[in-house]
Amino acid sequence: MLVFILRRLVQSLFVLLAVSVVVFFAVYAVGDPIELLVSPEASVADRQAMIERLGLDLPVWLQYTGFLTRALHGDLGTSFVHGIPAIELIVQRIPATMELVFVAISLTIIIGIPLGLIAGLKNDKPTGRGLMAGSVLGFSLPNFWQGMVLILCFAVWLHWLPAAGRGDTVTVLGVPLSLLTADGWSHVMLPAINLSLANIALVLRLTATGVVDAKTQEYVKFARAKGLRPRRILTRHILRNILIPVVTVIGMEFGSLIAYSTITETVFAWPGMGKLLIDSIYQLDRPVVVAYVMLVTFIFVMINMLVDMLYAALDPRVQLQASE
Amino acid sequence: MSAGLAGVAQAQPTSLTIALAAEPTAADPHYHKMTANDAFSAHVYDSLVARNAKMELVPSLALSWKNLDDQTWEFKLRPGVKFSNGQPFTSQDVLFTICRTLNNETNVSQSYMDTTKRITDVKTPDDLTVIIKTEEPLPLLPAEMARNLPIISASIVQHGKLQFAPKTGCGVTSAWPTVTDFNSGKLAIGTGPFLMKSYVKGTGIQLERNEHYWGEKPHWKTVKMVPVPSAGPRLTGLLSGDYDVIENPAARDLARVKENPKFAFVATPSTRLVFLQPDIARNPSPFVKSADGKNPLQDLRVRKAMNMAIDRKAIVQRIMDGMATPAFQYMPDGMFGALPKAPEIKFDPEGAKKLLAEAGYPNGFELTLSSTNDRYVNDSQVAQAVAQYFTRVGIKTSVDAMTASIYFPKRAKREFSLPMGGWPAETGEASALFQLWIASLDSPKGQGTSNYGGYTNPEFDKVYLAAANTVDAAKRKKGLEAATQMALDAVPLIPLHFESSIWAFRKGLTYEGRRDQYTLATSVKVKN
Repeated sequence: MLVFILRRLVQSLFVLLAVSVVVFFAVYAVGDPIELLVSPEASVADRQAMIERLGLDLPVWLQYTGFLTRALHGDLGTSFVHGIPAIELIVQRIPATMELVFVAISLTIIIGIPLGLIAGLKNDKPTGRGLMAGSVLGFSLPNFWQGMVLILCFAVWLHWLPAAGRGDTVTVLGVPLSLLTADGWSHVMLPAINLSLANIALVLRLTATGVVDAKTQEYVKFARAKGLRPRRILTRHILRNILIPVVTVIGMEFGSLIAYSTITETVFAWPGMGKLLIDSIYQLDRPVVVAYVMLVTFIFVMINMLVDMLYAALDPRVQLQASE
Repeated sequence: MSAGLAGVAQAQPTSLTIALAAEPTAADPHYHKMTANDAFSAHVYDSLVARNAKMELVPSLALSWKNLDDQTWEFKLRPGVKFSNGQPFTSQDVLFTICRTLNNETNVSQSYMDTTKRITDVKTPDDLTVIIKTEEPLPLLPAEMARNLPIISASIVQHGKLQFAPKTGCGVTSAWPTVTDFNSGKLAIGTGPFLMKSYVKGTGIQLERNEHYWGEKPHWKTVKMVPVPSAGPRLTGLLSGDYDVIENPAARDLARVKENPKFAFVATPSTRLVFLQPDIARNPSPFVKSADGKNPLQDLRVRKAMNMAIDRKAIVQRIMDGMATPAFQYMPDGMFGALPKAPEIKFDPEGAKKLLAEAGYPNGFELTLSSTNDRYVNDSQVAQAVAQYFTRVGIKTSVDAMTASIYFPKRAKREFSLPMGGWPAETGEASALFQLWIASLDSPKGQGTSNYGGYTNPEFDKVYLAAANTVDAAKRKKGLEAATQMALDAVPLIPLHFESSIWAFRKGLTYEGRRDQYTLATSVKVKN
């Protein structure tokens, strides 16, 4: 296990290095941030002073090596737009995004897996067919459209839930959390539902096909022949076996929700990381974009590692040391 | 729900939530010269001079100001004003603020120095008098004080005797405050109508009424400002009751606000001019194709023809939904230095064709109009419409619209032949527009730095410069009007329209729309 983790960490260092090269040069190619930062009133001398202060006068490879040296000392650069460390800007947004993703993933698991089991067990009955057909809607309707319909129904017409923003927060150990207040929950519900709908559908379908497949397997038939109770067959034999793909998908979705729940965050004006990324791209805030992608890569690598470890817990046949 | 609304009507709440279209990039009042930043600063900090909703100068921390001579201004300060930390406001704070802008390492754009770096001396003969000397006559000093110099307190640093010596630190003995000190709220100490409770980027700003404010106290005890950059969520937030006031709802969505008796809106003409900037300097120009291989934009008759080919009223009505004013000159009618009432530029496609034929282009030529698609209201649609008008008189025009972050650097490198631009006359007079967009390029003087078309006319430069340096207001006004007329005759810029700023809010409130596009909680009043 330890060897596995160490090897993974070394691998992820190389991944981060490769990503930094790609992102840095790609962002560099997009455009010149100075025109967006300096007002048209600035004189040429002021503009030049700005360019030098931001280090934009240096050739790109020097800018990159400078960035890399500072990154090794834990400094991922200073935001051009906000004048504070890029990482600080991102970290400020993490709690909001994590809350949203946490609620969305919880909804996915709590709703998706049981419904999937039902759909799988009753796959030849109207209930099962109805669930499978309904789930198609979940991921075929565009995310932003679902969000707008949710807002229209629950916020504008029914006035049940607020349409946008994050609710009141309570600071715990320096982290502002909104999930500890009723107002916070009312704000998080709509965007979380918006984020989870497609995932619920995905998990539902995955679970259902797994169950249908497992129902006809020898070991299930054998268990049934032994006279085990259906409940035990379901939880001990079927569920354990079908969870591996489901865990993989949830893990991957967890990562991409953290990194790229941009559309939902925009539709609901949720002050999370995805919105920061979009704003920073628009403003050509290079250090923030680079730091963001680096951080997100790191999160993905970590989640993959956790998923692999969960495999081992679910299926003792999986050997982590051998995973090359 | 109707019961809930009735309850609201009886006891007006004292907290206000505003959805902002653009978020301030920092809480430091000397950090980034942008409308969003300056509007926010105006809640917490005062300047010596303020502007009312019509952009006229009114006293603020200074009660009066006058010229002692062409290069010397005297400001008499308001007595009895206190900062939010209890310190009295004196001339020392003005001196310190000027020094801070000149010693500000953490600002983004150095625009807050534009005024202060032209100051050669600041004297504080007593607590309520400030005498400012400038290197050359600076008639706009009070106006620039209004938009460039929010006053901060000298008590936020350690200092000995303060004096005007920016190179050696003015007598400040501790470190200069940084943007982070203001963002965290530690040094966010001003004399304004509100106190800053918190500023969290992306999440919002919380303000609390300053109970010791010297002026008229705002109705609102607490104010929350939430950044919501997309217009859709801003409007739905208003309709669902999350926000009391929103900035800039999309003009096309206003019908929904109009129909609904629970909401209202106000649209105010702003000074932001949207215009085209023909490439006059180069021959040939990259995006112009003509039969004779030359650049027709250099011909005055061609520019005049283009001016006449556009139906500005139709654009304002159909594309801007009435939320704009057709522009027949470069500043709204009657503003300082603009013509009192500009003669209408008649929509005359036949006349335009004739002029083109006279200029030697009876069959027209080909042109690409470059524009942003996310910077000005309906910018790419406006560009499309203009292109169609040009095509109708024979100038085959195609549109190349792109995102602002790509567009502005390209324009700065002069990669376009006919860029579309926008510019707000923030000082409230014509000189700044001439200085940046029309005067011949002279970088060290900061002149013509946005003159991407390369128009040069020494005669014009002379007239405008003479006017800009005249302190006598009546004379300056005359000079600027003459310069305006000269520019209109030469068409270095083709004006299209002035954008209107829109605010929508729930019934029961009123908002005094401002020409400078600031959204101020103090201007949100409860209707009686």
